[in-house]
Formats: sequence, structure tokens, C-alpha cells
Amino acid sequence: MASYIAGRLVQAAPVLLGVSVLVFLILHLTPGNPALAMAGPDAPPSVVRDIERTLGLDQPLYVQYGRYVARMARGDFGRSIRSREPVLGRLLDTLPVTLGLATVGVVWTTLVSVPMGILAAYRRNSLLDLSTIFAVLAGNAMPVFAIGLILLWVFAIQLRWFPLTGYESLRSLEGWRHIALPAITVSSGVIPLLTRLTRSSMLEVLHQDYVRSARAKGVRETAVIVRHAFRNALLPVITIIGLQFGGLLTGAFITETIFSLPGMGRLVVQAILGRDFPIVQGGVLLFAVTFVVTNILVDVGYAAADPRIRYG
Amino acid sequence: MATAREGAVGAPPPAAHAIPPRGAPSRHATLWRRLGRSWQVRIGGGIVGVLLLTVAMAPFLAVADPTQPNILARFAGPSQGHPFGTDNLGRDTFSQIVYGSRISLSIGLISVGIAAGFGITLGLLAGFYRRFDNPIMRAIDVLLAFPGLLLAIAIVGALGPSLQNAMIAVGIASIPGFVRIVRSAVLRVRSNEYVDAARAVGVRDARLLMRYVLPNVSSEIIVTATLGMASAILFAAALSFLGLGAQPPTPEWGAMVLVARSYLDIAPYQAFFPIAAIFVTILGFNFLGDGLRDALDPRLYR
Repeated sequence: MASYIAGRLVQAAPVLLGVSVLVFLILHLTPGNPALAMAGPDAPPSVVRDIERTLGLDQPLYVQYGRYVARMARGDFGRSIRSREPVLGRLLDTLPVTLGLATVGVVWTTLVSVPMGILAAYRRNSLLDLSTIFAVLAGNAMPVFAIGLILLWVFAIQLRWFPLTGYESLRSLEGWRHIALPAITVSSGVIPLLTRLTRSSMLEVLHQDYVRSARAKGVRETAVIVRHAFRNALLPVITIIGLQFGGLLTGAFITETIFSLPGMGRLVVQAILGRDFPIVQGGVLLFAVTFVVTNILVDVGYAAADPRIRYG
Repeated sequence: MATAREGAVGAPPPAAHAIPPRGAPSRHATLWRRLGRSWQVRIGGGIVGVLLLTVAMAPFLAVADPTQPNILARFAGPSQGHPFGTDNLGRDTFSQIVYGSRISLSIGLISVGIAAGFGITLGLLAGFYRRFDNPIMRAIDVLLAFPGLLLAIAIVGALGPSLQNAMIAVGIASIPGFVRIVRSAVLRVRSNEYVDAARAVGVRDARLLMRYVLPNVSSEIIVTATLGMASAILFAAALSFLGLGAQPPTPEWGAMVLVARSYLDIAPYQAFFPIAAIFVTILGFNFLGDGLRDALDPRLYR
């Protein structure tokens, strides 16, 4: 197991390196001079040159990249151009909101998709199955922001069951009322995918001999479905649940904006609109790293659950 | 001279299927019948057809200038003069939706064009030449470390928020999908005998790729491009909704939803119509893509 984890980390290293190069390049080859942006349009050229020198922008690109990596390794992500606060601190303040949203989203996605997929597969071609297929098709064509606005309109504006916007700690009941609509919104992009996958995975398993054997020896039907069929259909489902954590992280951009949650997605969007490059750079990097790390964790969990992966 | 040579080799076969028996309908006729039978192709094709008509007929369909404000007619409900009502500045929503179809279609075409141009080239190279495979696919892995929207957001973050940059961003973010599909299709095709035969008689690589390999991976490309239209329009609408894409007064559907969001309590229908337009368009391209995949899948022929 240890060697599997080590191997997986070794594979991830070049990807992370590539990610850092890409994020660095994307924001350094941009039109517009950050020093000019900091100094303001009316600043004399000497001031701009001073800022360039302080930021190291007068150095060759590879030197800048080297310094950038060295600074990142020390946890120094620079300072926000607008507020002058350290970027890492700002990002880490907002990260729990985004992770909380994504986690509640994953749980909600699983609670909805897995039973729906199982039932649809079990009652194949029934009305339930057809409406599931229909919901999956419709869900695929519905933008996340549209779902968010519809939920907001129905449940917050018309029915007033949930607060309009804002965020509270999840330690209070109020916090859960605040996170409910955003969590449903953020998972709406993933539920169709996971439902379809659970359904097809179950359909495959339901025709296996061991399911027939279980029925033949008189196992109760619920036990056949849950213990014999679903446990075997579970593996691909787990992988997708894990991988979709990344999808949920990026769904945070839209969801946090709609519901005004103080998360990392909203912070990055606002930083882009305000041309606050250090925050954009740090935020994008942190998002990508979180995604790569989650993928590794999923792979490791998968290997722990299924020995065929480790030795295959 | 080139034609004589070609005649000797035999034109590249259209695909690796068995020759149909004498008297059987031609491959194209069969394909068209299969397409016509698929309900997905019919519905999807119908929706995309309506979209194309709207794009072509926009000046005739629109009841007003979509960008012309009219302070006296703000937040008008749907009526005969304004079928979908008016927005916060009194602009006619129906006309904005109609003209928005042009923007959405251009977004789709340009983004998919960028993605297909780079994606097909890289996919062909990676699939055909072993020495390019590893470096190209490792670079694609790096792009895939950015889930969907994140890469597009990063690129817009660098280039600045605008419709043009959103198209570029969505195009670049869609490259990995094309590369992977084309590469795997090429890997399947290049082991066919007609590729070996062509190589044996001295067909040069560039010609081999363009005339023998590319036509045989075209169905995968068509399906990916059709489904890519749907996701490109969806991504670009999301960027515009975040304020990172089309800027007002451009009548882009996602940007329209962004405006409507501020007036959700007093004029919810302002959000409804552009959302419906996005939904139906995406549904159309998704149906068409899925239907094409089923109809073009060679495994179903055999």
C-alpha cells in the first residue's frame, strides 16, 4: 500500500510542476503591466520602474519563475494589490467556506444520485426510470447559475424558507439553513452524471450470476440489491464521487457569487474583476492543487477498497 | 501524375466497414436513414435548425433594437409590443434573446474551432507518432489538472474579462477533450491494413494523415464538436454570468441573466427567458451529439 501511495505521489509531482508553470505563465504573459496597475495610470515612469524592480519584474522570465516557486514553497503568495493583505491569509480565510460547500455538496449529490440510480436500474423502463432519464437529460442542459437563481427565487424570495444570501458557521443551525440552497445548487451540475453512472453500473451488476444465485437461495430482495448488487456497483461510483469533488470546487465560483458566500470562488472572481493578480494567481493555484490532491486521495481510497488496483 | 498513382493504390476506403452486398443501399443512404430514425437527432436537429433560422433571420424577427434603452418602458411585462417584456433599462427582451442567438452560436463555433484546431492537430500527432505521444499527453494531463471552468477562469483572469477572451478561454479549456478522443481514434485506425498498404507504396506521412487517417476519425470529431458546442455555450454563459465574459449592452444570454439577477424579486421573467434560451439550445446540441454518436458508431453496423 505504501509503495502504491509513493508511486501515485511521484506521478503527481510533474503534474503539479506543470500546473505551477502554467499558472505562472498565464499571469505573466498577460497584456498590461502589473507595476503600472499598482502605480496607477498617472505615475511617473521612474516610480513604475521602482515597483518593477521591487517585484522583480525586470528579471528574465525563468529567474522570475524560480523566485516564484521559492516564494510559494515558503508559503509567501505575495500581497493583494488592492488591500495589501498577504494573499495566502486571505485565501486560507475563504478556503473553509468553499471546502464546506463542496463537502455538503458531495454528501447531497450522493444522497440523491445513488438511490435514484439504483431504483432506476432496478425498475428498468418503468415510469420512475424514464423520469430519471428525463431528469438527467434536463439537468445536463441546465446551467448551474440558472438552478441557483430558480432555487433562490422559489425558496428564498417567494416561500422565504431560506435566507437570501450570506454565510454562518456550520456549527449553528442557522449555518445549515444558509448552506442548504448553495449546496443543492453546487451539486446540480454533478447529480445527473452520478445518477446516470450509478444506473448503468447497477444495470451491469444486476445481470451477474451471483445476483441470480443470491435470489435462488432465497435472500431477501432488499439484501440482494444492497449487499450483493450495490456493493459491487459501488466502485466506479466512488471514483466519480471523488473526482466530482473538483467539479464541485469550481461550481463554487458560480454558487458563491449567487449566494454571496465569502468563499474562495467568489474571492477569485472579484479579484479578476478588480485586476488583483496576486489573488487570482494564488487562488487558481490553490484550486488546482486541491483538485490534484483530492484525486490522489480518491485513487488511494479506491486502491484500499479494491486490491485489484494495487496489484493489477 | 498524382492521380495515376492514386488509382494504383486505390482511393482510401471511406471507413473500415465490410463492403455492402450488391443491391444493398449505399453507406450514405443507410447512414441518413439511421439518422432520420433517431428521435434524438430529430429533436436536436430541429432545435439547432430553429437556432440557425433565428440567427439568420434576427433582424426580421426582432421587434426592436436590442441595445436601445427606453426609460419609459422599464420592467414592462410580456405584452404584444414586447413579447418577453423589457429589462431594467426598458430594452426589449425578445429582441435581445433573438440577437443573443448570434452571439451564442459564434461563441460555440469559435471556441470549438479553437479547441478542434489545436486538439485535432495534437491528437493526430500524439496518436500517429510515438515520439510525440508522451510529451503531448503529459501536457494534456497538466491542463486536466484544472477542472472545467477553472482553466477558463484562469485564462480570463489573465487576459481580462471580455466576450472575445471568454471564447479564447473556453476554446483552450476544451482542447484536452479533443486531443484525447482524436488520439484514441488514431490509435485504432493506424493499425488498419490500408494504412500499412498506403505506407508501403510510399505515401508520405502528411498525406497519410490527411487522406487516410483523418477521414476515418471524422465521426468521432463530428460528435465531439457537436457536444463541444453545447459545453462551450454553457461555459461562456457561465463566464458572462460571473461578469467575466460578454459585457453589457451585448445581448449575451448569460450576461442577460446577470442583469436580471439584481431584479429577481420584481421581474423574475427577465431571468426566465434567457435561461430558457440557454437550456433549449444546450439540450438541442446534446441531443444532436448523442444521436449522431449512436448513428455513427461503427460497432452498431456489424
